[in-house]
Amino acid sequence: MSRDNVLHKIRTALGRGAGQAAPDPPAARIRIPLVSMDARVASMLERVRALAGEAVATDDARAFVAEAIAGKTALASNAPLLAECGITSLPGVRSGITDREELRELCAAVDVGITSADYALADTGTLVMLASPQEARMISLLPPAHIAVVPRERILTGLDELFSLLPNPAESTSSMVLITGPSRTADIEQILVRGVHGPGLLSVVVVV
Amino acid sequence: MGRRVSLFVTCMVDQLFPQVGMAMADVLERAGCQVDFPEDQTCCGQPAFNSGYRNEARTVARHFLNTFEASEAVVVPSGSCTAMIVHHFAELFHKEPETLARVHALEKRVWEFSTFLTQVAGVEDVGACLERVVTFHDGCHGLRELGVKDAPRRLLAHVRGLELREMTPAEECCGFGGTFAVKFSELSGAMARTKIDAIQRTGASTVVSADPSCLMQIQGALTRAGSDIGTLHLAEVLASR
Amino acid sequence: MSTEFAQKSHEALVDAKLQLAIYTATGRLKEKRSDVVSDSALPDYQELRTQANAIKKHTIDNLDHYLEEFERNVEAHGGKVVYCKDGTEVSDFVLSLAKGRAAHLIVKSKSMTTEEVDLNERLEHHGMESVETDLGEYILQLAHQRPYHIVAPALHMTRYQVADLFERELHVPRETAIEKQTALARAVLRQKFLAADIGISGANFLVADSGAVVIVENEGNARLTTSAPKIHIAVAGIEKVIPRAQDLATFLKLLARSATGQLLSVYTSFLSGPRRAGEIDGPDEFYVVLLDNGRTRLLPDKNKRQSLYCIRCGACLNTCPVYRKIGGHSFPWVYSGPIGAILTPQFMGVQHEPALPFASSLCGACGEVCPVKIDIPKILLELRSDVKKSDAREGRNRLEKLGFRAFAWLMTHPRMFEMAGRIGRSMGWPTSTKGPLAAWLSERDLPPLPAHSFRELWSRR
Repeated sequence: MSRDNVLHKIRTALGRGAGQAAPDPPAARIRIPLVSMDARVASMLERVRALAGEAVATDDARAFVAEAIAGKTALASNAPLLAECGITSLPGVRSGITDREELRELCAAVDVGITSADYALADTGTLVMLASPQEARMISLLPPAHIAVVPRERILTGLDELFSLLPNPAESTSSMVLITGPSRTADIEQILVRGVHGPGLLSVVVVV
Repeated sequence: MGRRVSLFVTCMVDQLFPQVGMAMADVLERAGCQVDFPEDQTCCGQPAFNSGYRNEARTVARHFLNTFEASEAVVVPSGSCTAMIVHHFAELFHKEPETLARVHALEKRVWEFSTFLTQVAGVEDVGACLERVVTFHDGCHGLRELGVKDAPRRLLAHVRGLELREMTPAEECCGFGGTFAVKFSELSGAMARTKIDAIQRTGASTVVSADPSCLMQIQGALTRAGSDIGTLHLAEVLASR
Repeated sequence: MSTEFAQKSHEALVDAKLQLAIYTATGRLKEKRSDVVSDSALPDYQELRTQANAIKKHTIDNLDHYLEEFERNVEAHGGKVVYCKDGTEVSDFVLSLAKGRAAHLIVKSKSMTTEEVDLNERLEHHGMESVETDLGEYILQLAHQRPYHIVAPALHMTRYQVADLFERELHVPRETAIEKQTALARAVLRQKFLAADIGISGANFLVADSGAVVIVENEGNARLTTSAPKIHIAVAGIEKVIPRAQDLATFLKLLARSATGQLLSVYTSFLSGPRRAGEIDGPDEFYVVLLDNGRTRLLPDKNKRQSLYCIRCGACLNTCPVYRKIGGHSFPWVYSGPIGAILTPQFMGVQHEPALPFASSLCGACGEVCPVKIDIPKILLELRSDVKKSDAREGRNRLEKLGFRAFAWLMTHPRMFEMAGRIGRSMGWPTSTKGPLAAWLSERDLPPLPAHSFRELWSRR
């Protein structure tokens, strides 16, 4: 199509030839602070709460989730962590869905989506979720509430540490999402409203 | 001391606010400087440059260069004129390497008034005395192009009897902007009124600034609004006894 | 200036409610940004800006290299890159794809680039239903209006206007509570997401070493747009590319803070290609449209090239004393504020709206807050010079040029300057109903003329 046309215009404007090598870019700026695990957990909880999310650190994730979903319908992802924690065996929790259409229908119908998270970022209270056969995209997106379970060891200091560990997320997944708080908008009169399209309720369960 | 200093009063001060130039000379002398006034001076060329007329600006800049090249130090009672000289003159002469070299040499010797006093003369107390409640307006070019923020305040802090109240919001443009003030007069007026709202909220009786063009805009808007608040250039405050 | 610009800015200036809305909204965003980039909140702020500027400079200076790397990596992950030189090519591409897939319903997430080329209009003209899903953009789509602000598109509208709009366009009972309005939009749009054949998004960044698009948002509509339909098309300007995923550690720290004062936006998506084998959901097809639409025209000038570094945060709008008075609709194109003032003349030619580079007091606040350190005031000054050169070529504004020639002459003849001053002072301010003096007097008083000039006083000292 217009590939050659556009590239040619660019090269002419820059005085570069086709296939000409580029000098190295400035070194990527990655600064990882030293923060103790306890401090990371504390920061994570504080930041999520500051965003009107719920956050707990517990060794009994099952009990927390059981209370959170009491009287509600829930869909859990296929993350091994959730089975290990005994969450998938809770009454009212469905899981093990692998069909895209079935998953979407369920997500659109349930009250709560339960997932694991691959990492968390302590300085911003962020969950990092990579799409995989175990973690579908829709579970943390369609239901009005989202509960994310993450082991404390997975809490990183921040973006720098994330991209240092995962310099090329595209190698492992088609979708990496950073989730920082519940869905929100201030588009009308700058008044904050939560739960526009994504979940308005977010709970982070740090497994210690 | 006897530091030799040439005054570049600016075309606006020369023709409209001569007392500012006199006050500046007074303060510099009190600070131990030997002051002269190169008579061939006129303007820094900013009106032409800001209006997009670079050839005309270059002509005026050349005249400035010739007038002041022999000066040891040039002191200017205006942040915007100083910024024009030390930041923008060079842009006008990139095709004339020899002139450019002369510009670069002169740039280092041209100073905004409050910066000169505090950084070059090393003086903060000029023995001034003025019993007044004032607020200070930071002219944008001085503030953002030259970093003029602390210097005027340190000087004002030593003026006996003076109370300085900061306005909020701070660091907002008064709306002068050179020909902008007349080309976009309604907009400029609206910006001025927002500025004088902030001024009035301080309860100050006088607005002080290191930029005469800002003072002209602000005073014009204050008077039009029927306010009693007056304006003084920093030099006038520092010359008060 | 054109009568259109004069007219629109005047209308904004005399609308007291609008003035309050713009000033308050931008003031809030300005303050929030200030809080999170302060020395205590982000001690590295200036370093990050320097780094961001350096990366953008390097990338734009070698743009073809990075676009090709990006393309290779998109394709390696099963996606496809389509270069489009203008809006027609973008809509042609989308339409032919839609036709081939028997697609009718498109959901869109916020993309200034698609606004640039009026993509929705083109698609609708050809029988597609293309629905904006960002709440602000959805409202504007229903109202047939352009965005008012890069980040807060419906900044100028009140809840009452939204209530009227929803009542009229969605045939629902009038509802003025903002939460209920949002819930209504959510319900309507949810159906669209789940039924849509194609999702079109923008992209905040294109990552060359990963073949990924990065999309930043708060609502979740971009995630839905890019995950629910079977086809995802990301439309982005060619200048959005950055070299490495690791560079996001720099850019993401600057973007949300500069835009809204958040540490990070609620959702940051890093998407590379259709869903991988084994992944349960996600699109089956993934396209990235790389749009030129005049960007290549900004490349030749080394100084002005930095206009392409923009990451569309809107900080310059929020801090600009001019934007905060005349608002987004006074600007002739989709981009408003200081960035709009430098992009529009470069994309459209300086005579499209010759007032733009001059509608600024050059206060420099924009350059101070730009996360990628674009020297906006410097470019405005260069554009002013470009306008005057163009005027000279076309024989426009001859009188003004003459005036400045006279100015230059006077300022290089000190004795004449002195004399002119003396004559002027003796005559007093002229009374006139036209010209600069009248313009000055329309808004403020003139200073009294002094009896003597400085040089006269000095000579008597």
